[in-house]
Amino acid sequence: MLNFVARRLGVMALTALALTFVVFYLTNLPPNLEKLARTEGSVRMNDNAVASWIENNGHAGPVIGRYAQWLGVAPGWVITDDKGVTRGRCIDGGVKPEVAPTYCGILQGDWGFSTVFKHPVIQEVGKALGATGWLMLAVMLVMVPTSLLIGILSGMREGSRTDRVLSIFAIATTATPEYVSGVILVALFASATAGISPLLNEWGWIEGKTLFLGTATSAMDDITFWNFALPVMTIALYGIGYIARMTRASMTEVMTQQYIRTARLKGVKFRDVVIRHALRNALIAPFTVIMLQFPWLLNGVVIVETLFNYKGFGWTLVQAAGNNDIELLLGCSVVAVFVVLITQLISDIGYVFLNPRIRLA
Amino acid sequence: MENEILSWGQIIARIAQQFLPVWVALIATFALSITYKRKLGLFGKLFDSPVGMVGFLLVMFWVYTAIFADMIITMDPIAQFGRVKNPPPGTPLKDVAEGQYPYFLLGADHLARDVFSRVVMGARRVLMIAPAATAFAFMVGVTLGLPAGYFGGKLDTFLSFLANLVLAFPVILLFYLLVTPEIRNTGIPVVLAAVLFIFPIIFFATLFNSRFFTNPPKRNLYVGLTLLIGLWAYSGLAFNVDPLGIWSMDPNLLNVFVSVVFVNSPTVFRIVRGIVMDLKARDYVAAGQTRGEGAWYIMLWEILPNARGPLIVDFCLRIGYTTILLGTLGFFGLGVSPESPDWGSTIDDGRKLLSLYLHPAVTPALALMSLVLGLNLLADGLREESLKD
Repeated sequence: MLNFVARRLGVMALTALALTFVVFYLTNLPPNLEKLARTEGSVRMNDNAVASWIENNGHAGPVIGRYAQWLGVAPGWVITDDKGVTRGRCIDGGVKPEVAPTYCGILQGDWGFSTVFKHPVIQEVGKALGATGWLMLAVMLVMVPTSLLIGILSGMREGSRTDRVLSIFAIATTATPEYVSGVILVALFASATAGISPLLNEWGWIEGKTLFLGTATSAMDDITFWNFALPVMTIALYGIGYIARMTRASMTEVMTQQYIRTARLKGVKFRDVVIRHALRNALIAPFTVIMLQFPWLLNGVVIVETLFNYKGFGWTLVQAAGNNDIELLLGCSVVAVFVVLITQLISDIGYVFLNPRIRLA
Repeated sequence: MENEILSWGQIIARIAQQFLPVWVALIATFALSITYKRKLGLFGKLFDSPVGMVGFLLVMFWVYTAIFADMIITMDPIAQFGRVKNPPPGTPLKDVAEGQYPYFLLGADHLARDVFSRVVMGARRVLMIAPAATAFAFMVGVTLGLPAGYFGGKLDTFLSFLANLVLAFPVILLFYLLVTPEIRNTGIPVVLAAVLFIFPIIFFATLFNSRFFTNPPKRNLYVGLTLLIGLWAYSGLAFNVDPLGIWSMDPNLLNVFVSVVFVNSPTVFRIVRGIVMDLKARDYVAAGQTRGEGAWYIMLWEILPNARGPLIVDFCLRIGYTTILLGTLGFFGLGVSPESPDWGSTIDDGRKLLSLYLHPAVTPALALMSLVLGLNLLADGLREESLKD
């Protein structure tokens, strides 16, 4: 087991290195750096000035070297210009060049400075992750029980009418990406002119103009059902269909096993067979799927936060990418890559724990 | 004469009338398919399953819409008509020119462009890219997945590592990195295209060579034709240097296309690899090996045909997924030109005024949903019917 975990961790570290390098390479392409120079320096710089700005701010040189500096395994750049002023990667405003640390990459906790938000990247990412954490939590609380319930109900009697109806529902939700379901949900529930809100308002069932709020910006300060329901529903819907179908497949397979037949023939009630005998075995596969769903949730989060204007991780990533904020984008990528890799690891290890038939030497 | 705003009944009747060529084609397709369904193999069996039939109906509706788009649209999808912003469905046009359609059937967007015509044209755009991109992803995935599953060992470890690397990337991040206007100047899309587009040529050349190498004249003909047509298209599509100028791809489109293929192929690779690892223990593979058949013959002519069931099902699902991805790209305004009527961009345009005007965003949203739903139902029907064999 330990050996397995260690090997997995090794592969994971290698993957993380490769991925961050790819992101670093793609964000630090020459055109991006030129754009950065023009936004940070002056828009009217000529090509020579741009080149010297890039040179003077440590963005020149081989990409491997810059990646190593960013990572914190190579000494940060230090440049003393004609006027005798020494600047460098690790030399911030108040720090004297003599006492500044030699290494300052993400390994040392220095994630750089966001050019869009004018704050340290780590602060921005932390704040955004906090906001997204609440969203994720709410999504998980809605998505996991609903989808497992749907999957089990439709899988325990394959081919029944319940199964048909629930399966169609599951297929329909997987066919509806977040940007479609978000638009439709807003049209149905959060529009003052269409959907059910005007009707409810007329009947006097709701006080405000709409049943739910079409933006989630106010949820940044205070999460209420009113402003948070639609974004959570939008993300959860897409996942529900997928997990429910996996659970159904796993459940139908378990229900054809001999021990289920034996239990039925013994005279155990159908309900007890499902709950006691089938459930645990049927939930192994969905567990993996739920964990592997995290990367997908990340996608959903980006779309939904943009759609509902909720300033979380996804929104920050879009801002960083759209405004050529290289260090912030790198910071976001590191977080995203680690979330994906860690969920993969947990799903592998959890699978082994849940399934006693798998023995790892 | 001043026209009245149309009622919903009139709007639906007029839309149904515009779709006339689609209805004719659909009825013809279904009549023919149901008459000859016993002779059509798996495709015919689809008509035994109601789910599969509904799915096929939805998919074919959009396919025919894409084909007949020029006859269906009522106005130029890019042109602007009048100065009224976001007129609701059924609004009559002011100052109708001679021969011009007098109504915005499904309203118009904030630039007074006809929503109905844009959605119909969007179908053509989506259905031109999504199946082709999926097919390329399958070529890449199959060509790499077969040897990885069959030979295993170091090759498998290496390819699987690469596939997992791409899969560990959050898709949207990858799009934001790959589909930017700046990246076109660096030549990365061309490099990616050069790598990805070579796989279909390798696939078909190996396919024919492994089968006909005992019959050199025939082999030379097939492989020669593959190389000739393949490399001709390759030079045009990837490098835009086709001497005859028939094959070419807009750099914007190339960028989008390559990214979508790149994102999809690792998943196909994993599926193919899994199936091959399962099938290679079968007796017919052992029989082939005993006969002394080459490894590629066994992979391409013994294992691949037997893996077709799950692969066809996944192909349908993956076209839907690719449609979703293309929509995502449009939604974030990446890669496609702002004029483009594709569904993702139209949804993105419309969502900004969503709380006031619904029609510009909801119409393409429903269109996209129905196409993907159709593909998913079709895949489900195919899966059910192929399991009955």
